[in-house]
Amino acid sequence: MIRFENVRKVFQARGTTVTALDGIDLEVRAGEFLVIVGPSGCGKSTLLDLAGGLATASSGRILVDGKEVTGPGLDRGVVFQQYALLPWRTAQGNVEFGLEAKNVPRRERAARAREYLDLVGLSAFRDRYPHELSGGMKQRVAIARSLAFDPEVLLMDEPFAALDAQTRDGLQDELLRIWERTGKTVVFITHGIEEAVYLGQRVAVMTSRPGRIKRVVDVPLTARSATEDLRSDPEFAHYRHQIWSLLRDEVDKARTAELEGITHV
Amino acid sequence: MSSATETRVAIKPRVAVVAPPSPYGWGKRLLKVAGTLSTRLAAVVALAVVWEVFPRLGLVDSVFLPPLSEVLADWWQLLTSGRLWENTEASLIRSLSGFGLAIVLTIPLGLVIGWYQPVANLLNPLLEVFRNTAALALLPVFVLILGLGETSKIAIITYACAWPILLNTISGVRTVDPLLIKSARSLGLGPLRLFQKVVLPAAVPTIFTGIRLAGAYSILILIAAEMVGAKAGLGYLINYAQYNFAVPDMYAGIITISAIGLIVNQLLIALERRFSTWRTTS
Repeated sequence: MIRFENVRKVFQARGTTVTALDGIDLEVRAGEFLVIVGPSGCGKSTLLDLAGGLATASSGRILVDGKEVTGPGLDRGVVFQQYALLPWRTAQGNVEFGLEAKNVPRRERAARAREYLDLVGLSAFRDRYPHELSGGMKQRVAIARSLAFDPEVLLMDEPFAALDAQTRDGLQDELLRIWERTGKTVVFITHGIEEAVYLGQRVAVMTSRPGRIKRVVDVPLTARSATEDLRSDPEFAHYRHQIWSLLRDEVDKARTAELEGITHV
Repeated sequence: MSSATETRVAIKPRVAVVAPPSPYGWGKRLLKVAGTLSTRLAAVVALAVVWEVFPRLGLVDSVFLPPLSEVLADWWQLLTSGRLWENTEASLIRSLSGFGLAIVLTIPLGLVIGWYQPVANLLNPLLEVFRNTAALALLPVFVLILGLGETSKIAIITYACAWPILLNTISGVRTVDPLLIKSARSLGLGPLRLFQKVVLPAAVPTIFTGIRLAGAYSILILIAAEMVGAKAGLGYLINYAQYNFAVPDMYAGIITISAIGLIVNQLLIALERRFSTWRTTS
């Protein structure tokens, strides 16, 4: 579905060259929920920008459905941490925005936007402006916007990081439900280990800069939506610990590098 | 103080008639409204009282500052004789032409400068020089080149109005949230639609702030321009009255111009609010 082939990304920052990503090889399967977790500054957001076509790789290539990514496209929907809603448009208008980009006829736009706002449970808030919505609601609108133009892949860049813990838990369940219902491929970036284990069928752990894929962990938790409290499940604790161990060295390394004054991207 | 009590008394019975049958909260609200209204008017009323009483008591020379009532009587006479309207019309035409021209010319220019970095780099130093030169300092230049007629007056107003609109348009375009642009780009929007659907709407409130400032300038500069070689207009009226020692006429002109300034500003504020409701509390 999505293939990263030896992807490398180099930035020029204040005269020095920073390698953000190096030798990324990763395959995301169709319909899969893949979480990428890594220490801060490891280039995981850069990786997502590359997949979204918002930046270009210095070398290597990214294939979506066998086609090389050369720019943004409506086969991929990006959800940002800070929602990125247009403040002068209502929830409905914001969802329609993506459909306008796809040149969907006006009447169909309105109907589809309503349908997807229903899906994220915001039918009653259609006419609200972003400043009248809570953070969680804003992110629901953003998710509805990305789903409405029917991309094959949803690229999510720490979408719940700015939300409080309770809202985040609620939205995680909501996202899993939506994922099961729509069958989209989801690439989800986070720095939260619990979030990674809770959501991901597979979790890709990244190294500190230059970012590489350290290991991809299968998380075959079958009873995701059935279990009452998955987080207290011993199996959950096992995976949590495994990923924590993989990450610990990287977090330390990242911290040391930062203290040594290497330019932070 | 009489006018303030009058308005309060006048408002009370009207609201009481409209009030619903269970008007427990209404009394309180009414008091509050009356309270804010009287606070707002207090200073203006105080000025009016001082203006009326001081000349009458001989605290100031009533030749140079006639009591307010006399000025108002004179204003009324100017109004009924048609002289006031004649001059106001001349002023409004100049002011609105200059203001309108500034809007039409500078918004597109500002959008281009804001959107294209090379254009901005090229023009910025020039803009810095001109924005820091008082518009009125250039009035003699305008008169020299364009003569004493309407052209130079409208031109100087256009010039003065252009700056706040231009600078606000540029900063409106420049300060669009980069995340919105990134998000729109991720949807595959081309540069033209990105500009139309994201940059322009995002910049509207900032542009409107510029337009509102320009509205105020259009009146301020107008008067100064009309004091130089005009044959009609409120600035002319004020200046002419002063030369001929028709002191009440002069004050009547001043009151009219400040009333117009006030009305124009309130209109533009209302318009600005309408176009930027989404920006409140966001």
